[in-house]
Amino acid sequence: MRMTGISKSFPGVTALKRVDFELSYGEVHALVGENGAGKSTLMKILAGVYRADEGEIWLKNQRVVPKSPKTMIDAGVSVIYQELTLIPYLSVAENIFLGREPLRSNGLIDWSAMWLEVEKLLAPFNLFLNPRSVVHSIGPAFQQVVEIAKALSLKADIIVMDEPTAPLTGSEVARLFEIIRKLKADGVAIAYISHRLEEIHEVADRVTVLRDGERMVTAALSDLTVDEIVSHMVGRKLTEQYPTVEFPAGDELIRVEGLTKKGTCKDVSFSVRSGEILGFAGLVGAGRTEIMQLIYGYRRKDAGRIFLRGREVQLRNTRDAVRCGIALIPEERKKQGLVLGLSVIDNSALSILDLNTSFGFIKWPAIARIVGEMVRSLEIRTPSLYQKVKNLSGGNQQKIVLSKWFARNCDVYIFDEPTRGIDVGAKAEIYKLLLSRARNGAAIILVSSDLPEVMNMATRILVVFGGQIVKEFRRGEATEEQVISCALGLERQSTVEALAAGAHK
Amino acid sequence: MKLNLQSIIRSYGIVIAFVMICAVMAVLSPVFLTVTNVLNVIRQSSIFGIMAIGMTFVILTGGIDLSVGSILAVVGAVSAGMLKGGMELLPVVSLALAIGVSCGLANGVLITVGRIAPFVVTLGMMSIARSLTLIYTTGYPISGFAGTFRFIGGGDILGVPFPIVLFLLTASIAWVILTQTRMGRYTYAIGGNEETVKLSGINADFYKTTVYVISGITAAISALILTSRLNSAEPMAGQGYELDVIAAVVIGGTSLNGGRGSVWGTLVGALLIGVINNGMNLLGIPPYFQLLVKGFIIIGAVLLDRLRED
Repeated sequence: MRMTGISKSFPGVTALKRVDFELSYGEVHALVGENGAGKSTLMKILAGVYRADEGEIWLKNQRVVPKSPKTMIDAGVSVIYQELTLIPYLSVAENIFLGREPLRSNGLIDWSAMWLEVEKLLAPFNLFLNPRSVVHSIGPAFQQVVEIAKALSLKADIIVMDEPTAPLTGSEVARLFEIIRKLKADGVAIAYISHRLEEIHEVADRVTVLRDGERMVTAALSDLTVDEIVSHMVGRKLTEQYPTVEFPAGDELIRVEGLTKKGTCKDVSFSVRSGEILGFAGLVGAGRTEIMQLIYGYRRKDAGRIFLRGREVQLRNTRDAVRCGIALIPEERKKQGLVLGLSVIDNSALSILDLNTSFGFIKWPAIARIVGEMVRSLEIRTPSLYQKVKNLSGGNQQKIVLSKWFARNCDVYIFDEPTRGIDVGAKAEIYKLLLSRARNGAAIILVSSDLPEVMNMATRILVVFGGQIVKEFRRGEATEEQVISCALGLERQSTVEALAAGAHK
Repeated sequence: MKLNLQSIIRSYGIVIAFVMICAVMAVLSPVFLTVTNVLNVIRQSSIFGIMAIGMTFVILTGGIDLSVGSILAVVGAVSAGMLKGGMELLPVVSLALAIGVSCGLANGVLITVGRIAPFVVTLGMMSIARSLTLIYTTGYPISGFAGTFRFIGGGDILGVPFPIVLFLLTASIAWVILTQTRMGRYTYAIGGNEETVKLSGINADFYKTTVYVISGITAAISALILTSRLNSAEPMAGQGYELDVIAAVVIGGTSLNGGRGSVWGTLVGALLIGVINNGMNLLGIPPYFQLLVKGFIIIGAVLLDRLRED
């Protein structure tokens, strides 16, 4: 497969400038670049979703002009998108065969043939997954497998994977890589988009780096180090990814005691002081996000007390939390953090409208001043305050979520996965902003599944397993292995015993 | 084995509510459980029940069809006019279905090709079809038909009123389509994630258009039943029906966001509304209060559903 001289522009943005990309059968070709570098656009052109303004696509030495996604599916190209695109209330089998359901001679769907076929497809994956299960109920790792099985059932010999490991845990990633190797051995060509550079070294043969819609380099991975790839991506050498500054801890700003919610978390207690960054480590699904949502009044807790600056508060809903000076930067930027169809100023101003009205009318000039100041100080790259946020890159979108809460001076900032799906350069900027809040005396809570991130950024780290805090570390006290084994629940017993012993004293 | 009460309530909540309301009615009114009355309730339910089955397809895709009441009126009026003009039964039925298909097709094409929201398109169609009815009838009912036509609304097969036969037949066909054919599964899929359906190389617009055609057809069937039963086509027939129809679908557990629901839910939803209408008449509740009660029950049914989800 060969794509040559591909260019594409959208209103106001040039997404791709004469990009070349090649893929041989039995090869994994990684595609990396910062958010907004044009990776997804390039792959959508390959998938026939977008049409290129310029350039050609060649499959097996034949020129292909994709008219619709169907042309490319028929040509053997399957794309597994970053946001999984399964239908929630249909079964695994129906999702895999969507559009190609086997029919009986009377025109009805041949269910038994479909289930049998799916069992055959899933057999090599070596896992227990009922083809009749409703996709909505099977969890992200299985959903990923369903997507791959779907691609295989389409007899795809070119598979594009867009950030396939993002929702997966460590062991699931290992299993995915096994599958990828198997596909490769079967002669399938794989284009692999990822932000996780270590992974690329593990699975890919070649890498192409895009920056601002241009191809910077294509090389065998054996010829490039991670640092070299990063410097191609950002165009500068990143000497230090995590700024490790510590601020003197001041007064206790928030204390949580005995937070409990049936089926979610049990007896969670901790406190954070001014200038401190408290990290929450743990596996996806350990209950960290839910704990934060309970504190923030987004979900109702069964028991537990919350103290702000030493005074107990009742946070019945998110409005109470915001009024008491708590801000939550949520996990899912696009779904929970932004109104994608609204402009930069509309989004940023959401949290401060109540502070900037007179007689019920919004004071737009004052808000424009505040948001303008935010855009400058957070270095948000946007053509104007009135640009719709869906047209901005992931890193800039995340900064807008931050600006929304930075515009309102809060005591406690809860960051839930603030750098997920954000490129390396923007990550460093997010860290700087996070630290700036700590410097200003706020208490910071950082929930992150990125272990190096939480271990380097946080002054203290709490490890959550099964909805309970199982261990506390100070920065530099633990190795990654120790934290992971706590997060897996391996050290739980001893900790519980230790806590019990402590209570007896 | 311990029965999980909660999961039973979750799956069959609407059926349980239906049985309970029936039980209460049986106690309060001796007439309620007589064969005559039961058949009467189902026959009355069948008119908007059949439309609700068509509406289920539409709502499963995440759409809405407000025009069903007006389509019913225009189909009824034209069929009545043709009958009076001496047209035979079979051509009249064919014509009626053709009008239903045309209105549905117009809705569907405007929604998919014209990219207008279903609410707006069908609101417009609601007005247009009503106006065409008034123009055609010049505002007066058209009544008095031959015995063969009267069979549709008044006849019976082995003691079962023909409207009920049609109702069950429509529901069964709809069930087969929804669960056993591509058309049906794509209806769910479009409501679940239209983007994916399109990216799977499926002509989503075709299937979306089809659901409005189905809704048009069911409105036409109901029009024939109503016109035959009343022995008259009223220019204002079916006004406000869309509300009972949508209520039946929603009470039956079909999500207005699309992607989730079933024909059997709709069937029970329609019967529930029928029982409520009938029960209030039997109990002598004044008509002005009946709408009030119905409103509370519609909101209450969906509210219960929501509370169970949390």
